[in-house]
Amino acid sequence: MADCTETKVDIRGCKVHLRRGGTGEPMLFLHGASGVAGWIPTFQALSDSYDLMVPDHPTYGRSDEPEWLDNMEDLAMFYLDFLDEMDLEGVHLVGNSLGGWLALEIAVRNSARIKSLTLVGAAGIRIKGKPIADIFMMDPEDLTREIFVDQSFADNILGMNLTEEQIDIQLKNRVSTARLGWQPRLFNPSLRKWLHRIKVPTHVIWGDTDKIIDPAYAEEFGKVIDGAKVTIIEKAGHLPHVEKAEPFVAAVNGFLAKAA
Amino acid sequence: MQVFMFHLMPYAALDMEERDRHPSAWVTFPNSQFDPKVGHELYNRYLDELELAAELGFDGVAVNEHHQNAYGLMPSPVVMASSLARRTENTKLAILGNAFALREHPLTLAEEHAMIDCITGGRLITGFVRGIGAEFFSLAANPTVSHERHMEAHDLVVRAWTEEGPFAFEGKHYHFEYVNVWPRPYQQPHPPIWCPSLGSTETIEWAAHPDRKYVYAQNYSPFKNVCKFLDQYRDVAHSKYGYAASSDQIGWTAPVYVAESDEQAVAEATEHMEALFNKFLYLPFDMLFPPGYMSAQSYKRVAAHKKNITGGAQMERLIEDGVVIVGSPDTVRKQIVDCHEVLGFGTFVALAHFGTLPADLTEKSIRLFATEVMPTLQGLSDKEYRGFEPSAAAAE
Repeated sequence: MADCTETKVDIRGCKVHLRRGGTGEPMLFLHGASGVAGWIPTFQALSDSYDLMVPDHPTYGRSDEPEWLDNMEDLAMFYLDFLDEMDLEGVHLVGNSLGGWLALEIAVRNSARIKSLTLVGAAGIRIKGKPIADIFMMDPEDLTREIFVDQSFADNILGMNLTEEQIDIQLKNRVSTARLGWQPRLFNPSLRKWLHRIKVPTHVIWGDTDKIIDPAYAEEFGKVIDGAKVTIIEKAGHLPHVEKAEPFVAAVNGFLAKAA
Repeated sequence: MQVFMFHLMPYAALDMEERDRHPSAWVTFPNSQFDPKVGHELYNRYLDELELAAELGFDGVAVNEHHQNAYGLMPSPVVMASSLARRTENTKLAILGNAFALREHPLTLAEEHAMIDCITGGRLITGFVRGIGAEFFSLAANPTVSHERHMEAHDLVVRAWTEEGPFAFEGKHYHFEYVNVWPRPYQQPHPPIWCPSLGSTETIEWAAHPDRKYVYAQNYSPFKNVCKFLDQYRDVAHSKYGYAASSDQIGWTAPVYVAESDEQAVAEATEHMEALFNKFLYLPFDMLFPPGYMSAQSYKRVAAHKKNITGGAQMERLIEDGVVIVGSPDTVRKQIVDCHEVLGFGTFVALAHFGTLPADLTEKSIRLFATEVMPTLQGLSDKEYRGFEPSAAAAE
């Protein structure tokens, strides 16, 4: 029941693979380090209320690999172009993990087209003495297990027979994440200085058992972003939107109904 | 043929039980395992071994760079080459190599190499390496841009050595308003550049380019791979660039152990050689090949063989594959002479210490090699080489 369309949109010469479904106010979901697994139940549920767009970032998935993309700042500026070229207004910006970091980099630069910000297990800042897990040093199988509380999700992923294209995409995503986040490890030392510029309603959602980015970061974002609400999802790891679809969607909808 | 002695300077006092409690002897292996008093003894012993090689008539001695590990205690090979500079007289000092692009400021290495070259009156050989995967964890360098940074650092350093300063270097990764290196290198236009490698088509094509003609040295490989890559160099020079590569442009590095008989050599060296491969050198896959360190195509090829990279090296197999050369003087001499007949390499680099090999056995092997094997090798030239046939290499 994948009620989404898959198209390529051309943003100033960079073709982006875009999944889109539903009607309502526009919502842009920014994926994390491992890319987009497909139109998951959470996307389907959100598309009941929103015009949901889930692009593969440039250099990820089925999107182009533009030569100009060197770092997270470039990617943030690209998405400002994306919002302009698509002429989107009042966008609910949602970002998971690396995509949460990206959402923050976009929002501190220009929030004119953004109506709300939802961060899910977001990277982007560093709490001294609390490094995030080294996703580059970990064995990929161990990493998959660490991401979930409910190991049946990991079993499903590890048990899949991947096509050659899927293997290529996994590899492409891993290299892209290293390009953006190897050094310093998945954060921007300057970002924290500018988080006060975020004035849109902000919702911080975290799995209570996130072993990749400790829930202490949820608390920290709650403190440094003015008026941010923090929601902890029980028995969830680093991808609460995958692992706990129902409470996740309820939290998103509940916050946006009240705040935005 | 020129013959070099190479030292890795491992932490030979490694506690093997502790080593086995960790994934490898690299990056995260705790430095509480390093005893500075032992380190003091080892450094001085290892430098003595290189100085002995210089006295015994090796054409050169060689050191290299690795970080945060027990495999090789030379985060700065410049320190070791500097120490050897005033303790040797006619011997070449080869840094095989320095990872210029791991630094934010490769120009400091250009300065230091020029210093050593001036002090020694032109005895320095500069090795340009990118660094193995583990170094990108240890020095927090991004592996996805390692290749382009490596190329750019090379251009910066060679221009700094050869162009009149001051000039501005305007690169993507490096930007210097004033490049004006004092001292300039003693050798003109610059010290010879070598490219040690585990086998890379990209490196070979780059090194063999007529603008460079750098020495390509194949490290640690089964002899069939040594053949493949050294012939590939000659073939690239011939078919891609239209010139005949000189034998001086290719070299081979291998662990070597010589004793009174084949049986004795194997008996004395086995434990220490297997420790080199299985305890010191072994790296988990993701530490050896961080994302973007090599092309997607190459990554997929090595990932397909992932299960074979287990660290279970055995002496018998290492000898059979020609990865290591172990035996009596006659055996070792014959093996290298035979290999030279096939490949014609102008340089042989002997790793005369490996793993936990103790001082007395190291010295005995160096002396036997220098007196019983080396004179024959140093007499070899293209006369003994069967010659290169481009069609044969292409067919392989």
